[in-house]
Amino acid sequence: MRSTPVCGKHMSLLQVKNLMVEFPGRRGTLRALDDISFDIAPGEILGVVGESGAGKSLTGAAIIGLLEPPGRIGGGQILLEGQRIDNLPYEQMRHIRGRKIGAIFQDPLTSLNPLYTVGRQLIETIQTHLPVSNAEARQRAISLLQDTGISAAEQRMEHFPHQFSGGMRQRVVIALALAAEPKLIVADEPTTALDVSIQAQIIMLLKSICKNRSAAVMLITHDMGVIAETCDRVAVMYAGRIAEIGPVHEVINHPAHPYTEGLMAAIPDITLDRERLNQIDGAMPRLNAIPQGCAFNPRCPKVFERCRQERPDLLAAGATRAACWLHDVPVGVTA
Amino acid sequence: MTSVAPLVQAHDLAKTFDVSPPWLNRVIEGKPRLMLNAVDGVSFEIEKGKTLALVGESGCGKSTVAKLLVGLYQPTRGGLTFDGQDAHAAFKTPQGRQLRSRIQMIFQDPYASLNPRWVVEEIVGEPLREHGLITDEAQLKAKVGDLLKSVGLSPLDMVKYPHQFSGGQRQRISIARALATEPEFLVCDEPTSALDVSVQAQVLNIMKDLQRERGLTYLFISHNLAVVRHVSDHVGVMYLGRLVELADKQTLFAAPRHPYTRMLLDAIPKMHDTGHARTPVQGEVPNPLNPPTGCTFHPRCPHVNDRCRAERPQLLSIQGVKIACHAVEEGRI
Repeated sequence: MRSTPVCGKHMSLLQVKNLMVEFPGRRGTLRALDDISFDIAPGEILGVVGESGAGKSLTGAAIIGLLEPPGRIGGGQILLEGQRIDNLPYEQMRHIRGRKIGAIFQDPLTSLNPLYTVGRQLIETIQTHLPVSNAEARQRAISLLQDTGISAAEQRMEHFPHQFSGGMRQRVVIALALAAEPKLIVADEPTTALDVSIQAQIIMLLKSICKNRSAAVMLITHDMGVIAETCDRVAVMYAGRIAEIGPVHEVINHPAHPYTEGLMAAIPDITLDRERLNQIDGAMPRLNAIPQGCAFNPRCPKVFERCRQERPDLLAAGATRAACWLHDVPVGVTA
Repeated sequence: MTSVAPLVQAHDLAKTFDVSPPWLNRVIEGKPRLMLNAVDGVSFEIEKGKTLALVGESGCGKSTVAKLLVGLYQPTRGGLTFDGQDAHAAFKTPQGRQLRSRIQMIFQDPYASLNPRWVVEEIVGEPLREHGLITDEAQLKAKVGDLLKSVGLSPLDMVKYPHQFSGGQRQRISIARALATEPEFLVCDEPTSALDVSVQAQVLNIMKDLQRERGLTYLFISHNLAVVRHVSDHVGVMYLGRLVELADKQTLFAAPRHPYTRMLLDAIPKMHDTGHARTPVQGEVPNPLNPPTGCTFHPRCPHVNDRCRAERPQLLSIQGVKIACHAVEEGRI
């Protein structure tokens, strides 16, 4: 389960190539995502981690085609099963969304319609995407609720979202995302609004249900613990770019990028007593003031001249790839 | 530094909220009065210079305890002894102002707890003015500058508005404001849960440094057990308005006794043992309006028996740990 799938170009489910997202404004265009490239293999769980404003959610929104205007894709491609989906008209994208890509958002109360029963929302979603009769759709909806661990599913079909607790609501949202059996699920902070005991239940559910249906997941979260428990690979984002991407235990135990290293040391560990936490001084730059060269250079403990001039691309660094000049072998390591 | 009597003693603190439907609905529809026991008999002590952390899931009454301690709520029952005097009685007297200046609070959301129309100088200087500690403008400026320096900001920042700062910087402004009256006791209600991890590390480090320098006493409220392990000396675990386990940090994390504490510790995703399969405890926190009989944790507890369903366990001292569990008391676990 932990093995990293081979990511040949032809067998990726999702390919993101040099994705750029920009926000045109009166004072010029802000580039919120810059040159994001990654693949997700079928059945793989890719974690996307970063601090607020790093562009995690925006990457997810771009993939499911729900960028808020005036945000727009300014370059690059998104391919699902080899087919471009970033330039599709709205109506066509609507069919892909739900049918091929399911979405789970952070707040389960706002992602459900408060005026419809849970059953009606599920049946509507199923019938939008699949050619099934009312009775079949109802049966499917009930079995979906059962699969997500909701007891007395038949009665619960007639309940409204407010009659569910937070954890149960998130189960309904997962059931909705799975309704049309999509191949990819984009889960944006699915457990952030939940308590730890419920969070553990939801993570287990998400993992098992995706394994059973061999659906790939892009799990966006700021919680490194959730990533460690759930994902096969992880992409660490910083200031709209990927700082490091690789197998999850490699990134956690042998981080190659100084930012990842700092981030890991800043997280209080439940199993360790430490007098002081490592801190990364300063804060992530604003989008309108991203420094020249590597965006992390003003905060980096290992900064050298080249970092201030040139922006690094993702370079091979052991088992992971990191956007850091330290790993550019011909130039040599100065730190 | 540590005196014999604890600085803060809460005994049997309780707060009940009236959440009844409006009078007319009660009369016409015959709806009953509804009382919510948000905090139901919580007792603890904190020695000077130490940190007690309260952990628990949402709705367990952590924040209500915080508000009771700083006097934002009147307790329904029980009380708080601060430095030998009854705090809630003192808050009502003119001398209470002086007591309030010794107990300060840091709130969770640095975006909501700072007045957006005030500059930092006014925000940090307000407690000094309110308590009449400094009246001279130049002195006030100098003091605010010192406070900002102590939390790692520049005195030049005092002319700025809150929106010009990042979340972590804002939380440092709230810490500077809380420190303005030179309090001895700080109640911190989830001070870092709105912050990113790298920024959280900065704020936690500052809080620890300040504690060391000034001998501050903290009540630290958090739902994040890893953060609690990092900052606290003693830890109290709350469930539905009651303390279920109170122990020193080492004991609690090395050998959690109460089934709820064990469940909480087990539920946390660990960074360094990936792939470890866990069996999360089923069920959710019950509705506090209609709590289960007996031990409120019994519907989720793997060690439940008939006594747990009928009789509410008291917080007893068992092997140096305060714990409210029949199973532990009887030696079943």
